[in-house]
Amino acid sequence: MEMRAVYAECLAQLMEQDRHVVVLDADLARASGTLKLYERFPRQMFDCGIAEQNMASIAAGLSSYGFKPWIESFAPFATRRICDQIAISICYAKQNVKIVGTDPGISAELNGGTHMSMEDMGVVRSIPGMVIYEPVDERQLRAAMPVLNAYVGPVYIRLFRKAQPDVFPEGYKFDLFKANLLREGKDLSIFVTGMMTKDCLDAARILLEKGIDAEIINVHTIKPVDRETVLASARKTGAVLTVENHNVIGGLHSAILETLAREKIPAMAVGVQDRFGEVGKLPYLREAVGLTVENIVATAEEAIKLK
Amino acid sequence: MDCDLKAISRDIRCDTLAAIGHLGVGHLGGSLSLAELLAVLYFKEMHIDPKNPKMPGRDRLICSKGHAGPAIYAALANRGYFEKELLMTLNQGGTRLPSHCDSNLTVGIDMTTGSLGQGFSCAVGAALGSKLEEDGATIYTIIGDGETQEGQIWEAAMFAAAKKLDNLIAFTDRNKLQLDGPVSQVNDISPLAEKWAAFGWNVIDVEDGNDVDQVEAAVAHAKLGRDSERPTMVILNTRKGCGVPWIEELGAANHNTNITEEQALAAIAAIRGEG
Repeated sequence: MEMRAVYAECLAQLMEQDRHVVVLDADLARASGTLKLYERFPRQMFDCGIAEQNMASIAAGLSSYGFKPWIESFAPFATRRICDQIAISICYAKQNVKIVGTDPGISAELNGGTHMSMEDMGVVRSIPGMVIYEPVDERQLRAAMPVLNAYVGPVYIRLFRKAQPDVFPEGYKFDLFKANLLREGKDLSIFVTGMMTKDCLDAARILLEKGIDAEIINVHTIKPVDRETVLASARKTGAVLTVENHNVIGGLHSAILETLAREKIPAMAVGVQDRFGEVGKLPYLREAVGLTVENIVATAEEAIKLK
Repeated sequence: MDCDLKAISRDIRCDTLAAIGHLGVGHLGGSLSLAELLAVLYFKEMHIDPKNPKMPGRDRLICSKGHAGPAIYAALANRGYFEKELLMTLNQGGTRLPSHCDSNLTVGIDMTTGSLGQGFSCAVGAALGSKLEEDGATIYTIIGDGETQEGQIWEAAMFAAAKKLDNLIAFTDRNKLQLDGPVSQVNDISPLAEKWAAFGWNVIDVEDGNDVDQVEAAVAHAKLGRDSERPTMVILNTRKGCGVPWIEELGAANHNTNITEEQALAAIAAIRGEG
C-alpha cells in the first residue's frame, strides 16, 4: 500500500474521532492522497490554494482557536519555502501544528531538482521546539499517526509517498521519542532513517559475509534524537555510520555527530553530499547521489577501519 | 461599556509614551497612531472579560503589526488585564511585555505577531475557527500600510473572501510612513481601497483614523457587514506619532526612535493639558 494512502486513511480516522482535527492543503491534496477526503470532511479540510505561507499561518490561527491542524505540501514547500512562518507563527507562538512534507530528498524523482529537498530537515531542525519524524514503512506510519496527533506541539513529518518494503512486524508499538533497534550487532552502529532503512538491513547481511556484525537502529525521530539509545549503541560498537536520504549537513548525520560530540568514536555518512538534486527515476538517482546498498557496505568498512 | 473614549484614547497614548519613555527607545510612531482604535475596540466593541482572558467565544484582536505592542499593552492595562506598573517593564530583560506581541507572555494577547504579514493570516485562521465553532465571535485584526507590501497579506485576503469570513474585521493603520520613508515612495500600495474591494472585501475608508468619533462610527458600520458573507477592511487614515508634534515631525524616522523620560513626561503633560 502506498504510504500516502496509509497516511490519508489514518487522517480520516483521526478526523472521524475528533472534529478539531483539520487538514490544510496548498493545492497538493491530490499528490498527498487526501483529495478524496474533502467530500467526506467538508468542515475539516481546507484547500488554501497555492499559498503555502498563508496555509502555515492560518493553521497557527486555527491552533490558537483550539484546533489540531495538519498542513501538507511537497517537502521543499512545506519547509524551506515557509521557514519563517514555521518559526514564528507555529514554533515561537507554540502552536500545535503538524507539518507534512511529501516526496523528501531524491524521492521527488521526475519533479527534479526544484522539488527535491535535500535540506528540509536541516531547515526545520534548527528551529527550537520542532520535532522531526520520518516514517519507514506502513506499519510504523499507522502506529505513529495517532501518536503524532496526540502530541501537543509542532512536528515535521517527512513522508515518502509511494509504497515501502515492510520492515516492522505486526503489532509494532511506536514510541515517538525512542529509536528502534532492528538488528543487534557488535562491530558497527548504523543509524538510519526513512526509505534507507531496508537498504541498511540488506547491507548488514553483506557485511556479515565479510565478517562485520552491524547493529541497525532506525532513528525515526531525528529531533529530538534518542540520545540514550544512540550513545549506548555507539559506545558498544565503537564505530558509527549514518544513512539518510538528505544532505549530510543538517539532518540525521549532524544530529548523530552532535550526540557523539564528547565521544571518541569515528562516524561516517551515507547521504547526499551537499549537492542539489536532479531529475530521474529512483534507481538512477540512488546511484547519482550514492544512496545504494553497495555504498553503505563500502562506507561501513571505512568506518570500521577508523576504529 | 459606557465610557469616555476620548479620555481613554488619551490614557492609552500617555501610558504608551510613559512606557517607551521609561525605556528610552521604542516603536513610538506606529503605536501612537492606534490609540483611538484601541480605545474603541477594547472599551466599546469587543466582547471580552479581563477577569477571564481566555473566555471561550470571546472576540479577539490580533495585531499583525506586532511592533505596536506598547500601545496594546497600554490598552490592556487600562482595561484591567494587568496593573499599570507592569508597563514600566516594557522590553526590560525578563519582561512579560516584549517589543512585539507574544501570546505566551502577555495576558490578553490573542496571538504572537511581529514577522509582518503572518498575524493577518493567523487572524484569518481564527476567523475560520470561529465559524467552525459557531461561537459568534468577531475577529479583529490590525495591519500596517507598510505591512501591506507583504505578499502573504494578499494570500490571506484572497482566502478570507473566498471562505466568506464576514466575522473578520480588519484595520489598516494608514499612517503613510514606513521605516525607510513614505510608503508611496518606498513601494506604493495605492489605490488601497480599490485593491481590497477587488479582493472581495467590504471597504470602509475613514478620513481621520485618529478621530475617535469617526473610528467608533466606522467600527459600528463594519459590524453591519456581519452577514454580508464578506470580510471588512477599515482603512484608518492616521498620523504616525499622533498626539506629539515633535514625534510626528520626525516623519519616517519616528518608527523606532529615542525619547527621554523628560520628553515623555512633557508630551504627556501637553496631552493631558489639551484634555
